[in-house]
Amino acid sequence: MTTNYFKTYPDEKGYFGNFGGSFIPDELIKEMNNINDAYYSISKSHEFISELRSIRKHFQGRPTPVYYCNRLSNKYGGRIYLKREDLNHTGAHKLNHCMGEALLAKYMGKKKLIAETGAGQHGVALATAAAYFGLECEIHMGEVDIAKEHPNVIRMQILGAKVVPVSHGLKTLKEAVDSAFQAYLQDPINTIYCIGSVVGPHPFPMMVREFQRVVGIEARDQYQEMTGELPDNIVACVGGGSNAIGLFSAFLDDNECKLHGVEPAGRSLNKGEHAATLSLGKPGVIHGFKCYLLQNEQGEPDPVHSVASGLDYPGVGPEHSMLKDLNKVEYHSITDKECIDAFYELSRSEGIIPALESAHAVAYALKLAKANPKQSILVNLSGRGDKDIDFVVDEYGLPGSSK
Amino acid sequence: MNRIDQLFQTKKKNILSIYFPAGYPHLNDTNSTLELLQKKGVDLVEIGIPFSDPLADGPVIQTAAKRALDNGMSLKLLFQQLENARGNIAMPLILMGYWNTVYKYGVDHFLADCRKSGVDGVILPDLPVEEYEEDYKAKFELAGIYNILLVTPQTTRERLMQIEKSAKGFLYMVSSLATTGGILHYDSKREEYFKKVSQLDIPSLIGFGIHNKESFQHASRFANGAIIGTAFIKALQAGNSEKFLNGLR
Repeated sequence: MTTNYFKTYPDEKGYFGNFGGSFIPDELIKEMNNINDAYYSISKSHEFISELRSIRKHFQGRPTPVYYCNRLSNKYGGRIYLKREDLNHTGAHKLNHCMGEALLAKYMGKKKLIAETGAGQHGVALATAAAYFGLECEIHMGEVDIAKEHPNVIRMQILGAKVVPVSHGLKTLKEAVDSAFQAYLQDPINTIYCIGSVVGPHPFPMMVREFQRVVGIEARDQYQEMTGELPDNIVACVGGGSNAIGLFSAFLDDNECKLHGVEPAGRSLNKGEHAATLSLGKPGVIHGFKCYLLQNEQGEPDPVHSVASGLDYPGVGPEHSMLKDLNKVEYHSITDKECIDAFYELSRSEGIIPALESAHAVAYALKLAKANPKQSILVNLSGRGDKDIDFVVDEYGLPGSSK
Repeated sequence: MNRIDQLFQTKKKNILSIYFPAGYPHLNDTNSTLELLQKKGVDLVEIGIPFSDPLADGPVIQTAAKRALDNGMSLKLLFQQLENARGNIAMPLILMGYWNTVYKYGVDHFLADCRKSGVDGVILPDLPVEEYEEDYKAKFELAGIYNILLVTPQTTRERLMQIEKSAKGFLYMVSSLATTGGILHYDSKREEYFKKVSQLDIPSLIGFGIHNKESFQHASRFANGAIIGTAFIKALQAGNSEKFLNGLR
């Protein structure tokens, strides 16, 4: 990587190599340019940076720790470490970019935040940010996810957000993005679309990355302080890819660190049963940006499935699409079943219930540890699993039960 | 000469353009709908290529697109239908769709098939003029297929000049923010915007929120004519499309 990677990618038009850009109706272009200009002028100001740093420390509880998994490492081999984003306020890394986006919205004089959510983590984080800054908040969520992630729906409502059910298509994340975009189009002047990952038209993939870089910056320092070296392997789950970009971004120049992105293989790698976009997708355009996309020969996005609602998306961040082509990150996939096993394994070996999204990263880390017992592995534990417990127990039962 | 230019040279006012999704309500309705539109004196037709995630469209067009996809509609089939229909249809035909469909089809292949099936222009709301100019404009112009560009109340004067330079045929003047299928309200600011665009050297049609004779006539005061989409789809759905068209003139 070049030393000025973050200034090289994206370029002025929002491209990460061949991916990204801005494929949006003309009526949004002026507003996207405004957000871009505001990002550069406001978010680099001393005032903004101090306020965000103070929020991270006092409101979010950052830095989150890096934790060595003693029992898990003994059992599987290797040395497994977790970056504990589950301990970030609201229980996932999502609040990192939500507080940044909402602070920017406040400086820009916006009145309302709009977003989509899959698992509800982004929705809860944004509702939290809205409450903190006294802004209105509207979250679009697929009906399937509303049923599955009930606790997060309640949390958003308690925080004062309006949850809009989305009933078209598969009623999951992709449709929630459609719906949120359309709501945003109604009034882009007073509202801002706070997209939930490193996806969407420029400048969102860049902005969300910049707000998530704190994860990698902290983890790299913490890991070095704990061990005196850098980890051999770095693992994170990838849906849109925000937590992975956050962690990977600090290690792109460290050639001794291997970066692993983990996608959901769902029930199988047959069409419609997974969301392994980087493994099986082809370049395409969805939701305003170019990326690897699971699509049919007509360019229609394929139906996708993952047990983890937050990974259930046919596209992926443009920066991941580029990092794949540059062979800078290896992308792998983990099935629903492997994810559930890892969910219980981490819960029972370490006393940490992971989000199903993050359990994909844990599952891959366990494989890696078994195969490379002499190596160290740093996993982004991007969220806690409280939201998933009813679903997991209802669908899969407790380990050893007949279900 | 491109049929779109022919139309705007011979007719300056009250140009009626109708939008409908290909393969809706039934897979093979494309041709009979075109015949009906021609019979009823419609000047220009926009045929929607169905896409599952249409960012610029409201619920009625979204639902219709979904139904067309479920019927088995595809771009390839649409070209076949149009090739068969073109012999009897003299109106200019414009395809409206989303960029990924064209990108995936292959731009060269797409333009060749547009020519073969008698398509005169396309509207691609999510392909910004910058992307168009840099990568595709030369190809479109070589093929003689007009890329109809959209302007909105949010379009700055600077950008309007840029769009005017690349525009062919006419400008699609989006009446208001938001998606298709709403109600259009007039105020002095909106009328000023309409006037600003209609003073350009290129003709323009107003779309979004035009739904009956009254709103058509009113919009036509500010441009060369107007585009009706959602209201016509509702009529197709209700089975009274002929009556709806009779009521427009």
